[in-house]
Amino acid sequence: MIEIRFHGRGGQGMVTASQVLATAAIMEGKYAQAFPEFGPERRGAPVKAYLRVDDKPIYKREPIVEPDVVVVGDQSLFVSENPLEGLKPGGVLVVNGAYKAPVKTYYVDATSLALKILGKAIVNTAMIGAVVKATGIVRLESALAALGKYFTGRLYELNAQLVKIAFDQTKEL
Amino acid sequence: MSLPKVHEIPIGGIITEPGSSRRNPTGGWRSLKPVLHDDRCIRCRICWMYCPEGTIKEIKGEFVVKGKKYQYKYEIDYTYCKGCGICAHECPVKAIEMVPET
Amino acid sequence: MTTALQKARTVLALTSNYAAAYAVKAADVDVVAVYPITPQTTIVEKIAEFVDDGELNAELIHVESEHSAMSAVVGAAAAGARVFTATSSQGLELMHEVLHIASGLRLPIVMAVPARALSAPISIHGDYSDVMNTRDTGWITYIAASAQEVYDTIIQAYKVAETVLLPAMVAYDGFLMSHTTEPVELNDEEEVRRFLPRKDRPNVLKPEKPITMGAFAMPDYYYEIKYQVQEALLGSLKVIEEVDREYGRTFGRSYGVLQTYRVEDADYIVVAYGGASFGNAREAVDAAREKGIKAGAVRLRVFRPFPADYIAKLLADVKAFAVVDRAIAFGGPAGGPVFAEVVTALWMRGIDTPGLSIVHGIGQRSMYVEDFVKIFEMLKDGEKSKVVYMGLRL
Ligand code: SF4
Ligand code: SF4
Repeated sequence: MIEIRFHGRGGQGMVTASQVLATAAIMEGKYAQAFPEFGPERRGAPVKAYLRVDDKPIYKREPIVEPDVVVVGDQSLFVSENPLEGLKPGGVLVVNGAYKAPVKTYYVDATSLALKILGKAIVNTAMIGAVVKATGIVRLESALAALGKYFTGRLYELNAQLVKIAFDQTKEL
Repeated sequence: MSLPKVHEIPIGGIITEPGSSRRNPTGGWRSLKPVLHDDRCIRCRICWMYCPEGTIKEIKGEFVVKGKKYQYKYEIDYTYCKGCGICAHECPVKAIEMVPET
Repeated sequence: MTTALQKARTVLALTSNYAAAYAVKAADVDVVAVYPITPQTTIVEKIAEFVDDGELNAELIHVESEHSAMSAVVGAAAAGARVFTATSSQGLELMHEVLHIASGLRLPIVMAVPARALSAPISIHGDYSDVMNTRDTGWITYIAASAQEVYDTIIQAYKVAETVLLPAMVAYDGFLMSHTTEPVELNDEEEVRRFLPRKDRPNVLKPEKPITMGAFAMPDYYYEIKYQVQEALLGSLKVIEEVDREYGRTFGRSYGVLQTYRVEDADYIVVAYGGASFGNAREAVDAAREKGIKAGAVRLRVFRPFPADYIAKLLADVKAFAVVDRAIAFGGPAGGPVFAEVVTALWMRGIDTPGLSIVHGIGQRSMYVEDFVKIFEMLKDGEKSKVVYMGLRL
């Protein structure tokens, strides 16, 4: 089982990112479970979302305390909390922007890409591309197909473009 | 009288036989009796509507009262009238009078 | 003949709320009463989408409160419609008096309840305080543990409800399931409609065969009519099992009234309900067994009628058991409401297995697998006959 914990701010769409990736995994015939750390949805407030992917049915429904992968959509979260808490030894950080952390790190400049393509600093779809590149948890085509369950029309076109560009530009730090 | 047992009663407290309340002649409950004076009745239908037992009947026909023609008159069915007096209370022209049962 | 099993599988990524909406669509429901409350709202939003897209031909009634929502489906069911509504928390409380009317009139209403804590203080988070308060309303009450099971159970619930003529509630974890995306295999809708044929029933208002519904009952009749509800509800357990087996034969998935995990040789059993409690208990069984504790877990899939015989049989010969309740029975003889039910089931059968009442997950206080391992350790250490408020800052 792979366990991923997403950290972001309300309005950045990290919950949707976790759902799109779960949907992609399910479309590939895997088992997946995606759920937010539920709270009143307030724009700007720190939010967490969880994703489990496995080849077997998933039974446990506890918050992820020892993730294999941590995804951080907003570097300011490193100031107010410790997103790396509980990260397994050998675990991976996927972060928006080059952030120096004492773990294996992949990064992409998600904010700039989102501003350029969407005209808004909604980084979730860029982070989907980054997670796919960094972890290979699902295939890029599956992620794009899953995206189609959450966005349609022009919004889908733009976001799919964003996923692909972010996938290409994600690098190991 | 023996009452039906659990499994002899329709489910949900439903009453499957329409009009079964006819078997309960409530006329015997009366101590005062409403008397409808047709010559004062203006056919407003209020008593007909208010009677909780539905015992005021609307009779079709040709009726002339004080020179006015009506197509209806109202009659009380004393088999079921329980003497509550609501009709008399509601009648706007005091056409119904409550008199002691003899 | 091709069966559903031979057809191509349709697996979607759905939350339990969306799974509920898909089940309602498959069941070809006629009337849906809609009133929003977190975490239920996305169910009726999805149903509204289906109606708008023409995928479901149903009358959507926007009511002004949950009291009206239940009243509206009571009326529609009395007129012979297949009906659905959904609510949570305060909404279920506001419905409460009408819940009794629905069962008293023997109407096969089906309702989804993503379980949520009760005010005050205001909480939108999950626990089972709302569902436990409906214990004595005469409703069949399922508690599902996955989005797949929510889908399957709502379809089963229609068949059971329309057979025994009682309303049925399908509850599941608010948020921890209602908003969790999981794989759900959908059935062929034609097949579901064949599984749920429309049947005539005696308590339908029809101009050609008039009946009176909701009449007054004097002391000489009331008791018998309420006893009929008791008898029908107790008797529904058999129907619930039959329908579950038939569903399994038709669609390839069935659940039983209790789900067990490694109970065959268990010394210690944890009884739980809902997805989070049982999912974590199940993981804890494996962890405890690695520590040398012969652990097992049982999930109550059907809470009303209470599967007392089955529970008693499972707990008769173990060394000790614990019941994990996600609700508080305030001022009651034990901390958790279901613990009290389990103990009653045992006492009625002369069984005196020692037990622990565990209260956890209140207002969605996080429950961890480790907590459930701890419960097995407590049982092994001989702890019994007390209430443990887990996860509480004491
Ligand atoms: S006295 Fe009462 S029951 Fe009798 S006719 Fe008048 S309203 Fe009806
Ligand atoms: S209420 Fe009086 S006036 Fe009106 S219909 Fe009845 S008896 Fe006549």
